[in-house]
Amino acid sequence: MTETGIGIAAAAPAVGVRGAIRVWERHWKLHSFYWRSDLMGAVVQPLLYLMGMGLGVGALVDSQGAGLLGGVSYLAFVAPAVIAAAAMNVAAQESVWPLMAGFKWSNAFQAMCATPITAAQVAGGTLLWLTTKVTISTVGVGAVLMLFPATRTVGVLAAIPAGIVTGLAYGLAISAWTATRESDTSFPVILRFFILPMFLFAGVFFPVDQLPDPIPLIVWAVPLWHGVELSRGAVIGGLDPAMAAIHIAILLVWVGIGFLACTQTFTRRLTP
Amino acid sequence: MADAPSSIPVVSAHNLVKRFGEFTAVDGIDVEVRPGEAFGFLGPNGAGKSSTMRMIGCVSPVTSGELRIFGMDPATHGRQIRSRIGVVPQTDQLDMELSVEENLIIYGRYFDLPRRLCRERAAELLEFVQLSDRATSKVEPLSGGMKRRVTIARALINDPELLLLDEPTTGLDPQARHVLWDRLYRLKQRGVTLVLTTHYMDEAEQLCDRLVVMDQGRIAAEGSPRELIQRHSTREVLELRYVPGQNELQAERLQGLGDRVEVLPDRVLVYADDGEAALREVHNRDAMPESSLVRRSSLEDVFLALTGRTLND
Ligand SMILES: Nc1ncnc2c1ncn2[C@@H]1O[C@H](COP(=O)(O)OP(=O)(O)O)[C@@H](O)[C@H]1O
Ligand SMILES: [Mg+2]
Repeated sequence: MTETGIGIAAAAPAVGVRGAIRVWERHWKLHSFYWRSDLMGAVVQPLLYLMGMGLGVGALVDSQGAGLLGGVSYLAFVAPAVIAAAAMNVAAQESVWPLMAGFKWSNAFQAMCATPITAAQVAGGTLLWLTTKVTISTVGVGAVLMLFPATRTVGVLAAIPAGIVTGLAYGLAISAWTATRESDTSFPVILRFFILPMFLFAGVFFPVDQLPDPIPLIVWAVPLWHGVELSRGAVIGGLDPAMAAIHIAILLVWVGIGFLACTQTFTRRLTP
Repeated sequence: MADAPSSIPVVSAHNLVKRFGEFTAVDGIDVEVRPGEAFGFLGPNGAGKSSTMRMIGCVSPVTSGELRIFGMDPATHGRQIRSRIGVVPQTDQLDMELSVEENLIIYGRYFDLPRRLCRERAAELLEFVQLSDRATSKVEPLSGGMKRRVTIARALINDPELLLLDEPTTGLDPQARHVLWDRLYRLKQRGVTLVLTTHYMDEAEQLCDRLVVMDQGRIAAEGSPRELIQRHSTREVLELRYVPGQNELQAERLQGLGDRVEVLPDRVLVYADDGEAALREVHNRDAMPESSLVRRSSLEDVFLALTGRTLND
């Protein structure tokens, strides 16, 4: 008797993950219509971006002398950070309108919850799906980095997971919020007044210690900054292992809390 | 001796309550649905039908009272119960961008059915709902009736013992409704237990072996359509239409006629076992209507008798 009890308890997480994979299957199926535009977004966009920023602005910055950014070219400074920034942008985009569709416009999530799938598994499937989207994006940017000699290092392989975790930190927090919304009015605000400023001021384009005093402290609360420090450090070197561990730990805390929040808000929304 | 499995009620609820904050949507109902039965919740908008269905579907937690589905408690066995039921929600929840058969297959995967089995069942079920020729077309352009049939086919993908249908034909034209009723009748013949909600008395009369009349979260009456009519109404009803504004005035002259006289905004109803005789008496009393009609009593009349209101106002 007890053996079966233990068996069931042990099988429960496996059943949970299976259900989340089923949820992921639907996301993937729907998405398979859009893979072309995704590939464009993942590779062509960062390529154009880096050519403009890195080569154009870079030529200007680099002409000021190599000492400005600790001896690296502007392209080598910006490009690795774009891995984390792209992950943030993709995850944020995916967590607003596309996720809302599942709760509100198609009600697909409610339909799932009428089957053995639970609201927590819908959250789990969303986590898997965000991971997929962010992986496509970071691998795409990583591939672009391999085109430039200045960033063609094995460190890119470490920058990719750092980018993925950064993306999830945003995606899960925003998804938890979206699950509480009845309308989409807050979405443009999130993208314009939270995501965009972080993109501009969290160390992607210039070191944060360039900024006036409280900001270099505030960035500790910004997942993107940790992601940028990690991906840049991985690609061009100079990352202290202890600091790296702290950055990773902080990002993982964001992801953990974000996922817990998602299971809470998804459950409240889907099982009224 | 233990009960034989077939005698366990499919649904049994005792003093079932659902509250949303301060608001009580379902106010202590008692229901028992037996295997193979077609059971209905008849009531107007806001009666608490969908809230009840969501509790039976193990999606919405019970506030208080006892609920058992297949003898199991939704609070502890929700997944097991949901794997044995099919749900047709009040509004279709289809993926519009996907094809009809993809909608079915993806849904089957939520029950952890192998992909091949999902494909086979999808083909059979589309045959059953007469949509085989639309299998590969997108859902979006289909008519309301066809979408409803896709939803029903999808709800059957796990071969459920119990099918929950929340207002299966609301918003459909008469022909589409009849097609649906026919399919539901066939399901019932195959032994699937049907639990449905409706605010159409004709739907309840067509489909339900037994039903409860629900109003403001409570059950006002229970029985077969015929029993309810016998118990709460007369055999026939005489409907009288007067010039607008004359109803109250004319009704005074009709006092004492038949069992009961109801004045509605658009007509006056006289409940009498012999409608023609009542109409002759109306003429005798010089209360000539613009038009008149004698018909059999319906569940609409039962609802009016029980609540003083019409079902669809
Ligand atoms: N999730 C909810 N939160 C708050 N109130 C709700 C919710 N769902 C339903 N209600 C309220 O409960 C009452 C009964 O609703 P419902 O069960 O949908 O009735 P019906 O299906 O009979 O039209 C309505 O007044 C409705 O506004
Ligand atoms: Mg309803």
